[in-house]
Amino acid sequence: MKLHEYQAKDILEQHGVAMQPGRVARSVDEAVAVAQAMQEEHGSDTFVVKAQIHAGGRGKGGGVKLAEGLDAVRATADDILGMNLVTHQTGPDGQRVRSLLIADAVDIAKEYYVGVTLDRQKSQDVIMASTEGGVEIETVAEETPEKIVKVWIEPNAGIRPYQARRVAFALGFEGTAMKQAAKFVTALYTAYSQSDATLAEINPLVLTEAGDVVAVDAKINLDDNALYRHPDLAELRDIHEEDPLEVEASEHSLNYIKLDGNVGCMVNGAGLAMATMDIIKLAGGEPANFLDVGGSASAETVEAGFRIILKDPHVEAILVNIFGGIVRCDRVATGVVEAASNIDIDVPLIVRLQGTNAEEGKQIIEESDITIQSAILLKEAAEKVTQALA
Amino acid sequence: MSILVNAETRLVVQGITGSEGTFHAGQMIEYGTNVVAGVTPGKGGQTHLDRPVFNTVVEAVEQEGANASIIFVPPPFAADAIQEAADAGIEVIVCITEGIPVQDMIPTYAFVQKKGARLIGPNCPGVITPGAAKVGIMPAMIFAEGRIGLISRSGTLTYEAVDQLTRQGLGQSTAVGIGGDPIIGTRFVDALKLFEADDDTDAVVLIGEIGGTAEEEAAAYIKAHMTKPVFAFIAGRTAPPGRRMGHAGAIISGGKGTAEDKFAALEDAGAVIVKNPALIGETVAEHLGTPA
Repeated sequence: MKLHEYQAKDILEQHGVAMQPGRVARSVDEAVAVAQAMQEEHGSDTFVVKAQIHAGGRGKGGGVKLAEGLDAVRATADDILGMNLVTHQTGPDGQRVRSLLIADAVDIAKEYYVGVTLDRQKSQDVIMASTEGGVEIETVAEETPEKIVKVWIEPNAGIRPYQARRVAFALGFEGTAMKQAAKFVTALYTAYSQSDATLAEINPLVLTEAGDVVAVDAKINLDDNALYRHPDLAELRDIHEEDPLEVEASEHSLNYIKLDGNVGCMVNGAGLAMATMDIIKLAGGEPANFLDVGGSASAETVEAGFRIILKDPHVEAILVNIFGGIVRCDRVATGVVEAASNIDIDVPLIVRLQGTNAEEGKQIIEESDITIQSAILLKEAAEKVTQALA
Repeated sequence: MSILVNAETRLVVQGITGSEGTFHAGQMIEYGTNVVAGVTPGKGGQTHLDRPVFNTVVEAVEQEGANASIIFVPPPFAADAIQEAADAGIEVIVCITEGIPVQDMIPTYAFVQKKGARLIGPNCPGVITPGAAKVGIMPAMIFAEGRIGLISRSGTLTYEAVDQLTRQGLGQSTAVGIGGDPIIGTRFVDALKLFEADDDTDAVVLIGEIGGTAEEEAAAYIKAHMTKPVFAFIAGRTAPPGRRMGHAGAIISGGKGTAEDKFAALEDAGAVIVKNPALIGETVAEHLGTPA
């Protein structure tokens, strides 16, 4: 699960990560009010007004602006709030800005990167840091890998003081700033592990002109599988940031991801679903979605799946691909027929059932009143998709 | 010989009294797997499916000689169940459970390594040596005895590949579903090593998917050590970056983990690349010939 910058900063601050001061605002008046409060509390005069959307690249898209004084905060907040912010991660339609982070501007002496994530190859958490702040870590890894320092966390041991010092020294910090940076790294790792994050990234981490080490931007992704033990974090989900069809699908326990193609698909199992998308492409179409109906593939889940797929106006055909193992194909076939007769499916429907009782399943589909093309081999299904698109 | 599980396997089912555990234990017994015991804390002393139920795995080891375990335990308790099995001296631990938090799996993985046990999964369909033992949830009827080894990160896509092989008359020595999570106990490289050393395996089919670098690591191993032919398909060529495709581990992040990179690495390593998932069986048959 992705979080907004202000939510990530809240979590990090609770764990003692030093942060550029800031507060969230959901209206222009609130933006001015929080700026005024910050002015009264610590004499802020220059603010950064930051659009809160999940996608990266907000600055380049015009979603992050400096504002001198409260009148400028009002004008800037008015510009950004409600805009459709387009970045390289949002797609061409952009993402509507519903909240802002009003932060104190800091005088930056130098920028750094520090992040924590899982190293899948080692099955251990890894802290990565670099002196190339403000640049995407993937770019640094690609072009100047020697500039990245990595420290792996020993399972059960947690982060050790020497590891935090090693990161701080590698970034070139000295004296008080070194101590601050080591404390920062320790707090960052603690926040990451205790909130079951899959990524905690500070980019940039800055050394201010005053000599302090603080986070200016923050990103946290959480492990969906661990949300059951963090009900407070689960509440931070912002469904406005998600595709409405994906939200609807999750309410039916369907794993649906909307894509840009013209052939919808419904499959049991994630690997087979990906392979089905691939075969749609090989058959001359483009997959309109990823949809894993899970192990049961009952009439209800199949019907919900059809409804969601058909809400996408670009869908010109649907391929259902079920490999019946424990679920028998004749049962799935009955479910598909039932679901299809409850909905008006106005595009060609190809149903491929393979596995236990595949022949019986095929017969049920062919004998039904509904126009469905059935297949047993994956190859046949692909050919029928090609024909449907011709 | 096959790998991992065989006629000598003495299986304990952790979570045997739950609905999943009951159903699949029944299926495994029906297949002929030597299921010697079940474990459900608090239900020790009962009998379930004609098998003794113990409170702890160690009792199943001491009293029934269990040497393998399969885990059907809900995600919050599954990592503990894996560690219990490893601590009890179980050699092969198969964890079916999907949805174990990564922060639980990090210490669990380290613990299993330390104990010298072999973990398969989690989030996997299990392992089957056709004709000898099924330690998993896969539909038995699509498998056939034979000499092709199969390794896959997926469940139903494994069944698809196996079904295509069986239709070509190509049976399997052992099929291993290694699981779709970011942290898994047995990776492609581990399974490739076992198949390379197995006298009953002539060739290996590897079914990968986007995310991580396990296929690239497999490619490096194939290039350096593998003498048997390897056939490889990678799912997710059409998957967009940054989106998790069902499996917790199936995500292209930071431009890494794409199907194209994996295909390229495997092709460079000398594996036969299958780009169309409908042609896995046919491709293997074309290269190896169909057995008489």
